[in-house]
Amino acid sequence: MREVHVDRIMGALEELFVDANYNLSQNVLDILEGSIEKEESPVGKEVIRELIRNANVARDEHIPICQDTGLAVTFIEVGQDVHIVGGSLSDAVDEGVRRGYEKGYLRKSACHPFSRKNTGDNTPAILHAKIVPGDKVKITVLPKGGGSENYGEVRMLVPSQGKEGMKAFVLEMVTKGGPNPCPPIIVGVGIGGNLETSALLSKEALMEPLGKRNPDQALAALEVELLDAINKSGIGPQGYGGTVTALDVHVKMMPCHIASLPVAVNIQCHAHRIKEMII
Amino acid sequence: MEIRRIKTPLEAGVIEELKVGEKVLLSGSIYTARDAAHKRFMDTLRDGGTLPFDMVNQVIYYCGPSPAPPGKVIGACGPTTSSRMDAYAPKLISLGLKGMIGKGKRSQTVKDAMKQYRAVYFGATGGAGALLSKSVLSSEIIAYEEMGPEAVMRLEVRDMPLFVINDANGNDLYDFGMSEYKR
Ligand code: SF4
Repeated sequence: MREVHVDRIMGALEELFVDANYNLSQNVLDILEGSIEKEESPVGKEVIRELIRNANVARDEHIPICQDTGLAVTFIEVGQDVHIVGGSLSDAVDEGVRRGYEKGYLRKSACHPFSRKNTGDNTPAILHAKIVPGDKVKITVLPKGGGSENYGEVRMLVPSQGKEGMKAFVLEMVTKGGPNPCPPIIVGVGIGGNLETSALLSKEALMEPLGKRNPDQALAALEVELLDAINKSGIGPQGYGGTVTALDVHVKMMPCHIASLPVAVNIQCHAHRIKEMII
Repeated sequence: MEIRRIKTPLEAGVIEELKVGEKVLLSGSIYTARDAAHKRFMDTLRDGGTLPFDMVNQVIYYCGPSPAPPGKVIGACGPTTSSRMDAYAPKLISLGLKGMIGKGKRSQTVKDAMKQYRAVYFGATGGAGALLSKSVLSSEIIAYEEMGPEAVMRLEVRDMPLFVINDANGNDLYDFGMSEYKR
């Protein structure tokens, strides 16, 4: 058994949330650069240029990319040959979030659902932990803004609605969001499993690198088809009209019950802040 | 693309010239207010009190910035979704408010009020909070300090990059832009 102390996990979380909120990854920057060419609207092109300028200012002058620095979505894959020592994993994650959001001058957006009272430190983190083979701990953080998260949904389709029903649902969500989730957006689609796994698949779909296609040929074709349909909607950057409404679409699928067809759509904004670390 | 420089307080002549889809650089004083501040404005008016600032010819920015790091006048300060302020905006417009800055569509009632009282709605690029912070020269909390990021602040801005979403003649960039590029 390899021992990993919770303090290392806490430190990693603190560092990752700050890094994610200030430094847009090269992958997202490259895709934004490439999309200027694809955008036909002059206003749309100008918006994308502003986004690239924004990312550069954030990095060079140390100002968060966006003031909504998100809920602290955290995925941890723990190798089954790892023994976590020194305390509770979830406490360490929350402490890392607390420190990162405080020291990094990040906005705290977690609140009580009804009273709306702010928890004050952006905890609890939204933690998804998974046991995997190996002796490593892989941590991925995805601070997720409210504006884009609000336009996601899980829907239990009737199996006869099939692929067409799924496509219509995805387009319905993108259109409903319009300018509000800060397009150009990234769309994660989770198909199959049950209610909660489809939602989780849709979030995991957002964690795939932009521009990378699904290894399954049929799903890769579906991703391309959906991206094309979304970009024909006319919404465009910031909803001001244009041909780049989405930067990419990722689909994840798994078997479901013979009586069901769960589909989840999770929308991410262009401020796609994602960072990972392997311990 | 052509860029027009404008300043606050917004003069009637300038408002009439602004066209949907146009990029402008705004300078002068503007005020931040989100949902909670708007609610307090309404309560104050109902109780016959005075608002923290006079609305006449002013511009409100729907924004709740991230905390200012040491040495900076403000943190990231991009727009929030404007529709949450739709219930309150017509009242403020009737009191003389001439400009709103935010992101996302407005209700028909707000658009009608803008047309009737000759006001405009500007879009700041959502998620460009770092870039937008560069146009803020100074910031000062003028009311509701206890509400944290929801407090009302006066910002001095220079060349804040904005797009005209709704002009005073009822044109809407969202309808017009989307139909132009729909395939
Ligand atoms: S949707 Fe994204 S880019 Fe837009 S305000 Fe929210 S976090 Fe920022």
